Amino acid sequence: MEFVNMTVERTNVQLSKADFESDQMVKWCPGCGGHAILAAVERVFPKIGYRKENFCMVSGIGCSSRFPYYVNTYGIHGIHGRAAAISTGVKIANPRLSVWTVTGDGDSLAIGGNHFIHVIRRNVDINILLFNNQIYGLTKGQFSPTTPMGKVTKTSPMGTIEHPFNIGELVMGAQGTFFARVPDNNITLMTECMFEAAKHDGTSVTEIMENCIIFADKAHAPVTGKEVKDENMLILKNGAPMVFGKNNDKGLILKDTMLEVAEIGKNGITVDDILVHDQYNQDPGIQLMLAKLAPPHFPMVFGVIRSAMYPTYDDLVEEQIKYAKETSKIKNVDDLLNSGDTWEI
Amino acid sequence: MAKKKRPVIEREEVVVKFVGDSGDGMQLTGSMFSDVAALVGNDLATFPDFPAEIRAPQNTVAGVSGFQVHMGSSKIFTTGDLVDVLVAMNPASLKSNLKWAKKGATILTDTDAYDEKTIEKAGYKNNPFTDNSLDSFNMIKAPITTLTKESLKDLGVDNKIAERSKNMFALGMLYYIFNRDLKPSFKYFEDKFKKKPELIQINKIVLQAGYNYADTIEALESVIQVSPANMQKGRYRNITGNVATAWGLLAAAEKSGRPLFLGSYPITPATEILMELAKHKSLGAKVFQAEDEIAGICSAIGAAFTGSLACTTTSGPGLSLKSEAIGLAVITELPLVIVNVQRGGPSTGLPTKSEQSDLYQALFGRNGECPVIVIAASTSENCFYYAYEIAKLSMEHMTPAILLTDGYLGFGSTLFRIPKMADMPEINPPIAEANDPDYKPYKRDPETLVRQWALPGTEGLRHRIGGLEKENIIGTVSTDPMNHQIMTNNRAQKVELVANFIPEQEIEGPAEGDLLVVSWGGTYGAVHSAVSQMQKEGKNVSHAHFHYIMPLPKNTDKVLKGFKKIVVCELNSGQFVNYLRMKFPMPNISQFNKVQGLPFMINELTDKFNQLLEEK
Ligand SMILES: Cc1ncc(C[n+]2csc(CCOP(=O)(O)OP(=O)(O)O)c2C)c(N)n1
Ligand code: SF4
Ligand SMILES: [Mg+2]
Repeated sequence: MEFVNMTVERTNVQLSKADFESDQMVKWCPGCGGHAILAAVERVFPKIGYRKENFCMVSGIGCSSRFPYYVNTYGIHGIHGRAAAISTGVKIANPRLSVWTVTGDGDSLAIGGNHFIHVIRRNVDINILLFNNQIYGLTKGQFSPTTPMGKVTKTSPMGTIEHPFNIGELVMGAQGTFFARVPDNNITLMTECMFEAAKHDGTSVTEIMENCIIFADKAHAPVTGKEVKDENMLILKNGAPMVFGKNNDKGLILKDTMLEVAEIGKNGITVDDILVHDQYNQDPGIQLMLAKLAPPHFPMVFGVIRSAMYPTYDDLVEEQIKYAKETSKIKNVDDLLNSGDTWEI
Repeated sequence: MAKKKRPVIEREEVVVKFVGDSGDGMQLTGSMFSDVAALVGNDLATFPDFPAEIRAPQNTVAGVSGFQVHMGSSKIFTTGDLVDVLVAMNPASLKSNLKWAKKGATILTDTDAYDEKTIEKAGYKNNPFTDNSLDSFNMIKAPITTLTKESLKDLGVDNKIAERSKNMFALGMLYYIFNRDLKPSFKYFEDKFKKKPELIQINKIVLQAGYNYADTIEALESVIQVSPANMQKGRYRNITGNVATAWGLLAAAEKSGRPLFLGSYPITPATEILMELAKHKSLGAKVFQAEDEIAGICSAIGAAFTGSLACTTTSGPGLSLKSEAIGLAVITELPLVIVNVQRGGPSTGLPTKSEQSDLYQALFGRNGECPVIVIAASTSENCFYYAYEIAKLSMEHMTPAILLTDGYLGFGSTLFRIPKMADMPEINPPIAEANDPDYKPYKRDPETLVRQWALPGTEGLRHRIGGLEKENIIGTVSTDPMNHQIMTNNRAQKVELVANFIPEQEIEGPAEGDLLVVSWGGTYGAVHSAVSQMQKEGKNVSHAHFHYIMPLPKNTDKVLKGFKKIVVCELNSGQFVNYLRMKFPMPNISQFNKVQGLPFMINELTDKFNQLLEEK
């Protein structure tokens, strides 16, 4: 699929990683998942094809939200929870910018939950990189809206008693048009998904399952750990059957109205019976089911789960302005001041 | 037009109020009446008095809607304290507005609206016509509904429609009482009902019938003439403070070449600014109705970063929600216009009533050392100029700036002499040039301490800003203690230096004397009227009305020092007065305050001032 978005200015100049490296010391803990995510961003930005001056990074507050300082683009490090709102203003005001919003699970789903669902609902053309470490990192280890039920943290010494969000489900519930999930230990997949996110017109949410080595170490290991990942991760490819397992011998099938894991070669199941992924399907039905899958009975699904075409908010803003300019009698402020009832004294 | 058999009494100024049930069309009637006054050349100010409820029960006091017009042959400064002529379409509106009628006021009312039920619903124990409570007024009791229907008999108009035009009958009577021409209203009907010619005819007939009826009645001894005011030549229109604010922002955007962005969330009494700007997409205005006030201001901060004239409009509770984000705009040193149309607080308070109680919030209501420019408009019309000014100061000085107006200014309207854009002052934001090798995010102009505005998309200026303290000049994150001191001083100093770019404080009256009356914001009209009345009586009193609050004009100290006594009048418990005391500790500053959701009355001000003059 070619780029649809022609609003952001493009360049033929070949950019490289060095074009986006900042001179600032990266202050994340050694071993923090953030480092790999930064590497992926530096790898993908030069490939997207935009002028380097047209990237704008916006973040909230949290370990993850320090991100803009570590990339050499235009950037705003905002306030806690408001990255999506700031990004909305950036994009509406200047649609020629490629806006990247970096946020944490606390930043976007707790204090910023309201802005998060609304930016998605409006389909403002921004790219949200949501670093989900299932913990408040910067404030040193309190539970977040994605911390699994029962987990012991600094503020839940007896285990949490609240049910976590599934980010994909939340995104689709808010009528999201793009959702991808990636682990922080697979730079290639991260890079591919970020590229897809950039291509998508509208709000893209990429959930990056990030390891916080200090306060929630190995939180994702039961899914993405070396020993289990073959059985517990299903990496989607558009147009390809949804298979997983060490020998790619398992797949997802639709039985009645539910997804089920089937073993290829058993009970007469062949690869042709396996569901084929359609990330562009406008109907989020299957995509929503995929986003919700998790071990022990299912693999967790990674890659681009949904990428549906809908008009973007910022395009509609421009269209209304263009139409108004063509049709309105009021062309400038002098016209406005003299419009309606006026009289000479 | 009036048949000259009645004497014509010339009046310098008159206050007329139209009141009735929400469905009686009082807003329209009032604005038609004021439009004609304006056309004749009167100066005027108007104020709509809406019920707080959207659809209050019919014929109750809660459902009364009003429109007040103060017109005169000299300059009009307020919407008027007490009413000379009251048009009350039902018992509830009479009951709730009688307290605003002057002794001897003319009261026109529709006797058809008085029956047992409506009288009781209005909360009257007895019929007001029979209990002597109206004895001190000049009552014109007219069966307006019956007469309206009668006037339309020949047209075969159904009763409902006929009843709905009774406000035009009342208006016709008022036109007679004020010796007005009917033609402008006829033309108004012709324009408004182009597609419904039958309505043109109905309205014309009823208006004329009311006019003719007034000519025949006994209760009217004379007609009132308000001659044209001696106004500056020019093209005029009516404007409310909220519309004027919106237009001022549009004007500043056009002049500066910076596209307008508004991020806002509806809240009374500020919503009209959002609604007005939403209409003007043809001028390129980008108007974003956000999910809450926080998103409103945060989106505006994002837009400011990209180079827009970024604005957010709200009222008290909304300003509270924006506090943290204002801090972000302060530390990132981005231009941002914040308009607060004040209302009664705290909390939801009195949403539809006016107050000046958000001054502390505007000055101090944030964490950290967080200075912003604060200015206040003083008339509905000058909301245009102060909105323009706040945008200019905010962009030229790269700082967030708060414009305070209030519900009284926002909803009220005055005549507005239409300016030409060519005559408006230049606005020159300090935009950084592409590939400037010397560009640094926090490098400052030595005279103003203003940093440059480097817009995303520009070649050679990539940089990061944010809420963490930044290293002086170079703009990287810094926790160095001395650096924080320097940056804190710079941010404060930058705002203080704005004083070099604003006019000196003016004094109405002598620069020295016994009493200086100080006021700010929307109370200008009342305080000015009180002081000038006393000056005419030969009293030694002057008036200083402040528009610039942070920073204060450079000569403020000097202005205050010229007087034996100072009294600061505000519609709060004393916020500006304490701010002045903090800046200029002087023993002779006293205060006069009112927190009732109501404007100052001129006589309560003169009483206070006279008392201060008499006290030794
Ligand atoms: C208004 C406000 N409330 C609270 C905080 C404190 N705070 C800073 S970051 C944070 C949570 C961050 O968690 P998350 O968004 O998951 O980011 P992470 O550090 O895990 O990347 C909190 C509570 C703040 N900075 N501002
Ligand atoms: S605390 Fe956790 S999230 Fe924060 S930098 Fe360290 S490892 Fe990363
Ligand atoms: Mg987190």
